[in-house]
Amino acid sequence: MHLNYQKAEPSIKLKTHTDSTGVCSPHLSLKLELQSQSMAASIAVTANYVLQPPPYALDALEPHMSKQTLEFHWGKHHRAYVDNLKKQVLGTDLEGKPLDHIINKTYNNGDLLPAFNNAAQAWNHEFFWESMKPNGGGKPSGELLALLERDFTSYEKFYEEFNAAAATQFGAGWAWLAYANDKLKVVKTPNAVNPLVLGSFPLLTIDVWEHAYYLDFQNRRPDYIKTFMNNLVSWEAVSARLEAAKVASSSSA
Amino acid sequence: MAIRCVASRRTLAGLKETSSRLIGFRGIQTFTLPDLPYDYGALEPAISGEIMQIHHQKHHQTYVTNYNNALEQLDQAVSKGDASAVVKLQSAIKFNGAGHVNHSIFWKNLAPVKEGGGEPPKGSLGSAIDTHFGSLEGLVKKMSAEGAAVQGSGWVWLGLDKELKKLVVDTTANQDPLVTKGGSLVPLVGIDVWEHAYYLQYKNVRPEYLKNVWKVINWKYASEIYEKECN
Repeated sequence: MHLNYQKAEPSIKLKTHTDSTGVCSPHLSLKLELQSQSMAASIAVTANYVLQPPPYALDALEPHMSKQTLEFHWGKHHRAYVDNLKKQVLGTDLEGKPLDHIINKTYNNGDLLPAFNNAAQAWNHEFFWESMKPNGGGKPSGELLALLERDFTSYEKFYEEFNAAAATQFGAGWAWLAYANDKLKVVKTPNAVNPLVLGSFPLLTIDVWEHAYYLDFQNRRPDYIKTFMNNLVSWEAVSARLEAAKVASSSSA
Repeated sequence: MAIRCVASRRTLAGLKETSSRLIGFRGIQTFTLPDLPYDYGALEPAISGEIMQIHHQKHHQTYVTNYNNALEQLDQAVSKGDASAVVKLQSAIKFNGAGHVNHSIFWKNLAPVKEGGGEPPKGSLGSAIDTHFGSLEGLVKKMSAEGAAVQGSGWVWLGLDKELKKLVVDTTANQDPLVTKGGSLVPLVGIDVWEHAYYLQYKNVRPEYLKNVWKVINWKYASEIYEKECN
């Protein structure tokens, strides 16, 4: 199932790019026009294997998520996924393909191929940074709140379910708010797996790999999850993604 | 956030020798956190005292607590004849029980340098390692590479295949015990590569942790297990 958030014809830019050995190779980059706006990155599945910075300074989420965490989590872990993905697809038929294509191909119906981890983690982390904002968190409003109340009976019930999913994902993984078949649901996934390969549109995520919270919270994952929900979630990003997801799923219906 | 390292061993339960106790009229056997055979700071600089304390008092203790809760719930479900509740509890038992077992092995796999940590194995295990891996360095290189390559959480093991009478290196995901990779496998050395095992000290550089952990590996214990299983 081909999943993306684009409804209109994507704007295709053909770039040439000279690598460090002086070899010139074309890269096809598929980006929505919206991408240049801060929120747009949250809805586009980028094809460029570029380490995008979070849409805020590395210390902007303090005291809820420390600058030190961002420096390591974005600056080392996320960077390594992007760099290693580039090396891994070089010279293979995955080279130059959009990231979502690589993710779906290498998911291989659950029998993961080698590039899956780096590709999915590169995507997941960009999505994660954009799921947060300074002075975020709390309760959403408007249509998003109405849908959460519709599908979970109350925001509090959603909060509980999301927290429980994030707390009980054993080992490394992610918890998600996702959209499929006109319904919102909470999903938890192991390691690098994300809802894209499970047939739904991700709207919000929290990283529960230990590296995401260990410097700030050590073993106290439940405290990290509460802090994320109360102080970091960007409901604007979630709403924008929901709009894009509704459009995309109606156009492919 | 700095955590003060407790210099002395903490006995969290009264019983030092046994790691289990009987509770309840039914006599269901539950478990307690085993003591470390050394102080939290005794494995420095290879593994910091801060990590050892949190790893033992928080992570391992949580596995023990959750394992006990799952066992008590299992006992109730079994006595009520609630088959679906019994099945539902299996993953909690597996995660937490195996977490307890694996960490109990891990603490014995480590020793302070002054108590032999890092000293190469002698005797039959030493020879077996040379036979199967060429040298101890060869084994260390292989285990470190495989440990570094574990995606997500897991363990890297040196095991003995009792049937085939050979040493194997393998990895397991999450808290899966080595026996999930082969029914006749006995763990000799396990190295925890969950991020909680090294993050506060080594951050994202797992290979650096794997390079240094060998300085405190307790080959005497591994040899004891090996000799016992071979006879």
